[in-house]
Amino acid sequence: MNKPTTNRAGHPLDPYLRAERMPHIWCSGCGLGLVVNCFLRGLIQSRLALDKVVVVSGIGCAGRAAGYINLDSFHTTHGRAIPFATGLKLANPELKVVVISGDGDLTAIGGNHLIHAARRNADLTVLCINNFIYGMTGGQGGPTTPLTARTTTSVGGNIDQPFNIPYLAAASGAAYVARWTTAQVVRLQKSITEALLKNGFGLIEIITPCPTYYGRMNKQRTGLEQMKYYRDNSIIKSGIDPKHAGIEFNGPIIVGRFVD
Amino acid sequence: MTERKYLTGEFFMSGDDACAEGAISAGCRFFAGYPITPASEIAERMSERLPEVAGTYIQMEDELASLAAVLGASWGGVKAMTATSGPGFSLMMENLGLGIMTETPCVIVDVQRGSPSTGLPTLTGQGDMMQARWGSHGSYSIIALSPDSPQELYDLTIRAFNLSEKYRLPVLIMTEAATGHMYEKVIIPPMHEIAVVHRRKPAVSADEYLPFKPDADLVPPMANAGEGYRVHITGLTHDEQGYPAMTAEAQDSLVRRLVDKIERNRDDIIDLEEDRIDGAEVVVCSYGISARVSRIAVEQARREGIRVGMLRLITVWPFPEDRIRDISEQASAFVVPEVNYGQISLEVERCACGRAKTVLVPHMGGGVHSPATILEAIKQVAR
Repeated sequence: MNKPTTNRAGHPLDPYLRAERMPHIWCSGCGLGLVVNCFLRGLIQSRLALDKVVVVSGIGCAGRAAGYINLDSFHTTHGRAIPFATGLKLANPELKVVVISGDGDLTAIGGNHLIHAARRNADLTVLCINNFIYGMTGGQGGPTTPLTARTTTSVGGNIDQPFNIPYLAAASGAAYVARWTTAQVVRLQKSITEALLKNGFGLIEIITPCPTYYGRMNKQRTGLEQMKYYRDNSIIKSGIDPKHAGIEFNGPIIVGRFVD
Repeated sequence: MTERKYLTGEFFMSGDDACAEGAISAGCRFFAGYPITPASEIAERMSERLPEVAGTYIQMEDELASLAAVLGASWGGVKAMTATSGPGFSLMMENLGLGIMTETPCVIVDVQRGSPSTGLPTLTGQGDMMQARWGSHGSYSIIALSPDSPQELYDLTIRAFNLSEKYRLPVLIMTEAATGHMYEKVIIPPMHEIAVVHRRKPAVSADEYLPFKPDADLVPPMANAGEGYRVHITGLTHDEQGYPAMTAEAQDSLVRRLVDKIERNRDDIIDLEEDRIDGAEVVVCSYGISARVSRIAVEQARREGIRVGMLRLITVWPFPEDRIRDISEQASAFVVPEVNYGQISLEVERCACGRAKTVLVPHMGGGVHSPATILEAIKQVAR
């Protein structure tokens, strides 16, 4: 299982997926497929023993990633992926435990667990997939929704300041912090490999299109439009203090590796 | 690991400490918790003892995280436990449901205190008994044990782990401040005399393994993470493969089995202590610290010539419905003392079904009954 081979379905990553569960539930134009693709390629590159890699997810669109990946995988309660993963890793330190979940799951209902896992430098790799919105439940605003962005619970524009996730993770003590968008797939892949091979708490925020809700409500109607926005507005500033990587509505997106 | 790491002999010990030692004896090697009165002593002792037996203690940021970490540890192949009291028990209801749904062996200790809400942190109560049964959303069956002494906290903690491994679910130890903080003699037998049960492992290869295909006892063998079985485990309704299955049919077969695997094995799970029930006119039915107080009243009533029997629920859930029904055919009344305003008494009343009268002797918490109160209730119904 260590080298991808082409099977009847023709996709080189099929052996790493639970292909029998396809098609997945994600909308067309959604970026989660790209994230899973980058994760699997980054994982293959890491050469970790796949029987010892475990994926833990919370609840939400991103939370479904665990169910499509052909590894030991756990789809837990809303917000609790990180503490579940913490127990799993402590019980069997041989395992490489990866948390793949969304911004609402990890920074709202699970926000307390995120900062405490970073504080105690839990040996976990966290992929925090940020689409600025609660997708699974129908596009409600959340703790990452940019100021003035429209959502189904803020049709007049969001009035709350969003979290700057890399800044939050770094301030809490994370050993590795990066942010990429789904428009930088090669950099994202490399970053995932890097984080997987790192000891301690690593977090990669991945800005991901949700055309169905976030895009539709904010004049980026297709996944492609959102990807073009990422491509045209991402600025790579590796090494900067993530304090300066806040996200403004329709503004530039600072990406890069901030803590290593 | 050397033998001296395990205590063996006679000790003067609190119930909370005895619980921790029971866990160590049962093979528990992971504890995640959050400080809360009157359960903190269990965490404190585990933080000291687990490193001595190559185990892991972690203090989490809250009780949501504590039980999540315990479930994770169990899937990592390690016997795991947490301990809390009412406010923390409420937070654990979320992941208790996940533990039931994913059939994850573990033990949760609730050292009950006066409630609702913050209630009486340092004083005793038994107000979480129905929460233990129904606290997490959905239809499920649970196992809950109620010890009446530090010795029994030791013994029943071992039993709780054994039942959790055998039936694959979180098992609850419903004790209370009065017992957790009680100091008494506790005898810890030599390790080779302690029967310890381990989860049943898959007998088939990874290709053939269906993580939720049950054996004849309705319990599926369990592959831990990292053993090459590549399991997918979800709190969603799932099929035998473990994959989400969003249909009424999948829901029917899964939920029925989760309930039936406990209900059909009631004879193995239910443990009762009975004293002179045959020929009794009145039967006192109680549990935990209240049973201990009831005994004094029962003995006094007997001295006064009343034919009174005593039924102590060591297993509270699943409820001993059949035994209560049988007794209700012969006795005229049940007297049910408990430190709440009526919880287990409702179950007794349901099973007695009018054949015998059920009299609740409530205490709102903060203390235990006076035996005289229970004696008075016995006399009232015996007249």
